[in-house]
This record gives sequence, structure tokens and C-alpha cells, in this order.
Amino acid sequence: MTEQKEEKKRTKNVRLRIVDIDRCVGCQNCMFACSRRTGNAGLEKSCIGVRSVGGMERGFVVVVCRACEDPPCAKVCPVDAITVREEGGVRIDLNKCIGCKNCQDACPLGAIFWDKESNKPLVCVYCGYCAQYCPHNVLALEKTEVSTGSTKEASKEEEKEEEKEAAKGVTA
Amino acid sequence: MLPHDPLSRVLYIDLTKKSFKVKDRSDLFEKYIGGAGVGIQLLKEECPKGIDPYDPSNPIVFAVGPLTSLFPLASKTVAMFKSPHTGYLGESHAGGRSAVAIRMAGYGALVIKGSSSRPVYLAIHEDSINFRDASALWGMESNFTVGRIIRENEPAAGMRTIMRIGKAGEKLVSYACVTTESYRHFGRLGLGAVFGSKKLKAVLVSGKRTIPTANKSEYRKLYDELYHTAVESPLMKKYHDLGTAENIEPLNMLGGMPTRNLLTAKFESAKEISGDSIAENYLGRRLACSHCPVGCIHIAALRIPYEDETYFYKTSMISYDYEPIYALGTMLGVSDPKGLLKLMDHVESWALDAMTTGVVLAWATEAFEKGLVSEKDTMGLKLAWGDYNTYIKAAHNIMDQPNDFYAALARGVEHASSIYGGSDFALSFGKNEMAGYHTGPGTHVGHLIGARHSHLDNAGYSVDQKILAKKQLSPEELADALMEEEKWRQILSSLTICFFARGIYTPEVTLRALKLTGFELAKEDLDRIGDEILREKNRFKVREGFSLDNVRIPKRIFETPTPLGQLDEAFIRKAVEHFKKKMLEEVAPEKGGAEKAEA
Repeated sequence: MTEQKEEKKRTKNVRLRIVDIDRCVGCQNCMFACSRRTGNAGLEKSCIGVRSVGGMERGFVVVVCRACEDPPCAKVCPVDAITVREEGGVRIDLNKCIGCKNCQDACPLGAIFWDKESNKPLVCVYCGYCAQYCPHNVLALEKTEVSTGSTKEASKEEEKEEEKEAAKGVTA
Repeated sequence: MLPHDPLSRVLYIDLTKKSFKVKDRSDLFEKYIGGAGVGIQLLKEECPKGIDPYDPSNPIVFAVGPLTSLFPLASKTVAMFKSPHTGYLGESHAGGRSAVAIRMAGYGALVIKGSSSRPVYLAIHEDSINFRDASALWGMESNFTVGRIIRENEPAAGMRTIMRIGKAGEKLVSYACVTTESYRHFGRLGLGAVFGSKKLKAVLVSGKRTIPTANKSEYRKLYDELYHTAVESPLMKKYHDLGTAENIEPLNMLGGMPTRNLLTAKFESAKEISGDSIAENYLGRRLACSHCPVGCIHIAALRIPYEDETYFYKTSMISYDYEPIYALGTMLGVSDPKGLLKLMDHVESWALDAMTTGVVLAWATEAFEKGLVSEKDTMGLKLAWGDYNTYIKAAHNIMDQPNDFYAALARGVEHASSIYGGSDFALSFGKNEMAGYHTGPGTHVGHLIGARHSHLDNAGYSVDQKILAKKQLSPEELADALMEEEKWRQILSSLTICFFARGIYTPEVTLRALKLTGFELAKEDLDRIGDEILREKNRFKVREGFSLDNVRIPKRIFETPTPLGQLDEAFIRKAVEHFKKKMLEEVAPEKGGAEKAEA
């Protein structure tokens, strides 16, 4: 048991963070990048979505999985295809998935995307590829230590450092 | 083209019968790539010879290209139709989300024909084609509201384009535009009026899909090259930072900034309405077209207090660019940036073409000053340089056409001056109102010989500044240089690459990108196809009665000196004559086109 706890403290929580939505110009390069991860052009395989708040004059919304600690999508899967990743977020076993869309309905963010070509869900895998193609530093891949008990304060400092690192990575 | 690429699918819509069909047109895409190249072919096929542009059989063609949704900056849609403004080729390019949405919906082109008896809007969600009643939207004061209502009624937020008209299009102002995503336009040649004549209020297109590439790793490699050049290269810096408005001050300093209907080419208050000044005081947001990392769209936030209640403000978000600042600013002598932004906002809400509206109002002001038109004609409006409040009212009248004078203005300066006189200072070329450049002979020859009579055809202003400023060219050499540029631009606009990215998409890069989409072409092929597309456009114009014989050149351009000195009419006419010989006489009259048109 103690061993397991030690293990958990060392685990990095990797998630995609929206650093500053007000800098988003709505170019959707992140969406194209997400599809392109696998060498595909177009938008069908994208796990991130950008749309206007309600008219471009008011700015944009970026929809992407925020790697919840207790994800609702996993709870409603009738075939246990969605597992919660130790390091944050979920993993979907597409071999088990029956395409019922329960997960999509359960996510209040709308972050489970749908691939109609395979009739299966799509969700962010926190690879950070999209952030590399954000020309205005809206997105960053964030790596934080899983915060448990006394390590909380310390990890906040580290978090900040790592945020900076992540942001640097994006500008490059 | 690669197998399974939906590019070759063309959606044909009949608004009269409320019916549609999809045809495979690989024949056209393989030969002419997409965009402008395929667009002109579809126009030629679908537009009967000699029709009135408001005839239901006038087709509206929207075409995108193979690189759209694959590579950055291939973000434009090309529209083709018979222009109600010139009576010849109607071609207009716009970005926003239009190109990506059409490609992602699974089409390379849309062809919209017929005419609805009641107002409709089209909602094209991939293979689901819907004719929706638009009676409640017809006559709405602001096209921004129209956009909002359709947005709320339809699915696919973020994955769609909403191309719509304003009241100017409904009322058939011959230069009404189609606005997409609030801030981008199919402008200049009256696509909005063609929509209006068909009782078509808007076209929404949405979709998403995977597009195949020939080689996944090569695709990602070339993508990265293009992307990094676009975000890092100085080639795009100007569009990125201040946007096109950056040009106001340098052009004014040169003395090439048309001011007060080109009575001069220098505006004493240029600094106040320059890109720098507007950015510093009003820039509120930056936007990009889909799949463009540059984000050249600059939106000003204008806060206006209400007069009848204290501490009440309205904040308008107004898109500005070089050309609207020229047409509604310097051309009208408007030096107050707030007034200029207000005028732009009104013109935009009715979806009038900003450039033409400015040039029309400038002509009207001079005609009013010279006594060619009376206060009775203007319905009591005293048109005067700089008086933006009066210009807002006059623009409203152009949209509304309450009398003969405003109805004449609603058809452009060529038409208005044919009734009221003043053609010497009616600044149109081939019936299309001039753009914001009085830089030398290149810009005006470019307007005269360009397929659309637009500054974007061949960028004559650029030849003036980059070539003629350094060395003399003969009229023939000038015409040749412009034609060469226009031929290459046919390739760019067939790939629907934004012209701002012309420095990035060199022929070499373009060929590599094409190869990844299954087009095995060489540089010579691009030259040949570009030449052919330009000829096809000119063939269409000649078929519709276009001629450069005794072409009208407004005298005003010879009276006001350019940075390259006083212009010589004989020089310009010689250049036009050379173009005529090389491009028009060789192609006219074309048999294939005429036969098809009669069929």
C-alpha cells in the first residue's frame, strides 16, 4: 500500500491547458494538428474544437478534455471501455467500445468528439501536438505532479515552473 | 487527384425546384485543379450566353481547391457568376470558414441555380441539403443579426460557414456583397445582388471528414515547412502585426493615396486614420480565417455613448482593412477615426461593398460640388468631404434607393455618370470602381486589363512600386509583366491559396504540395494551366460582349500626379492595346463556349 502511494507521488499529471483563451484568433490550427497527428488531413479525427462564443466579435471557446480526476464519461460506459488513467484523463479501448455515445452525453464540456467514419468516440490523449501549432500561445501541455496531502504546496511551485517550460516549448 | 478525395464532387442546387444532385467532375478538377480554374469552367457550362445577371439561370459557383483543409493558408473560396455590376465576369474570393467548410462537407464546388419564389436560406450539412424558409430574415436591418439567428438555429458550431447578404443584396445594389463569418466578404462584383435576385438570404455549409494524402510522413514534413515559414517569415509580418492598414502611411508619404475622389494623392490627416493609430486607439480583437496561422483580421472596438442617457454605451466591433480606410476614409476626406469606423459599420451592416460605396460617394460629392446633381437629387443631403454623418445617410439611401439619383448610385459611377455627367472623374475601370492606389501606370493598366478589373488580379500597384520605381518599362513590357503575374495568380486562386501567402507558396513548394494530393505536375504544366485559365476568363468576357476598344479611362488619373510622375495616356493605351492583341484577339470568338451556351 505504502509502495503504491510513493509510486503515485512520482506520477506526472499531463494535461492540455488553455493558457489564455483571449489570445485565440479562431484559426483552428490546433484542430488540424490533432487530425494530422496520425498523418490524416481534414478534421474528422480531431479531439479538440474551436468555435466562437456566439459571433466571432466576442471571441472563442476551445473545447478539449480537461483530464478530470473523476471523469463522468468513464462512469457511464456500459462496456467498461473507458478507463481512468493514473496520470490523468481517460483511455478508450476501441475494441470494447460499442459506439453508444453515453460518454459523449455525459461530458458537460462536450469534449468527447465523435468520429463518424468509425462510429467511435475520440478524446484527447494529451500528446501536446496541437499546442505546437498554436501561433498565439493559447494552448500548452501541462505536466504536474499528482498533488496528494503534504506535497500540495511544493508541487504548486513546481507547477508554475513547468507551466513556464511548457509555454516556452510552444513558442519554439 | 487521389482516389476517395471528395474534391471532385460538385453539388448542384436548383432553387426553383428546391432540388439537388451531386455529380463527379474529376474531368474538370484534374484539368483545372480547383477554385478559379474549375469555377470558370462551371460558369461557362451553366451560364447561358447573354442572359441578364438577375435571370434565374445565372449560376452561383463556389469552388475550393485540393490543398484546402490540408495545408495552411489554402483558405479561400472562389465565387463565380455573371456580374450584375459589370455585366461580365463576376469573380470574388473570400476566406472566413467558407473554404474549409465546403471541403469538409465533402465538395469541391457548389453550383446554385434557379430562383425561389419566397426567401430561403440553404443549410448544407454534408449530404443533408435543406431549403429553409427565410421570410422572417428578409428585410432585416443588419446582416449581423441575420448571422446570429442562423447561428442559433443550426448545428455544427465551429465547423460551418454562414454566407449571407444584407439589405443591399435584397434590393439589388449591383455591388452588394456576401458577408461570411461577420467580417469577410465576397465583394466588388455584386454576388450579394445575385443572391438577392434568387431570394437566397444565406448559404450555410458544414462538415468534417478525413482527406487522404499520398504520403503521410511527407505530408507532415511539408506541412511543418509551410507552417514555420508562415509564422516566422518576414513575408507575413505585415499582415500579422498591423494588418493591411499598415500601408496607409507609407502610401500617403509616397503620394499615391487617392484622396477626395483623387483630386489629390496625399491626405493631410492620413496619420489619424493610419493602421498604427487605429491599432493603438481602437484595436479590440484579432481573428483568423480557418487554417491560417497569420490572423490578419483586425477588429476595432468602438465605444459610443448614448446621448439620451448617461453612463450608457454601445460597443461595436468593426473590421477594418486598408481598402475600406481608403474608400470610406481618404477618398471621402474623413479624418476622424471614430466617424470613419461608424461609417464602415453601417456599410457593413447593409453588406454594401465598402470600396465601391466609397468611390461612389466620392463621385457624388464632387458632382454635387460641381452642380451636376442638386439638393433635390440628394434629397436634401449636402454631401461634403469629411462629413461622415451625411455619408451614413447617403449610404443608407444607396441601399434603399428612394429616388432615381440613389438608384443610379446603386449601380456604380459608370452608370451614374452616364446619366448625370462627370465621367471624367468617375473612377471606375471596366465598370469596377478603383482600388486605393494611384502609384503609377501599373495600377491603372492592371485595373483595365485584369479579368475582374480588380487590384487583386495582377497587383499593378506592386509593379509600380517594385519595378517601375527602379527602371523604365515599355508599355508592352508593363502589360506582359502584369499578365505574367495574373497567370500565376490563376494557379494560386485555383488552389485557393490566400494571395497574402504568395511569397510562401513558390512554384516549387506548390508542386510538392500538389504531388501529395495526387497531382503529378511540373512547372511548365502550372504555366500552361495558368495561361489557359486566364484565357478562359477572357473568353467568357468576350462572349458576354466585353471589349477594350475605345475603353473609357477617367481623365482624373492624368490630372493628379503619381509618385512616378504625371501619367501619359498614350502609354497606358499602348499597354492596353498590347494586352488586347495577346489575350483578347487570339481567343475571340471561341467556338466551344458559344456552342455550350446555346445548348
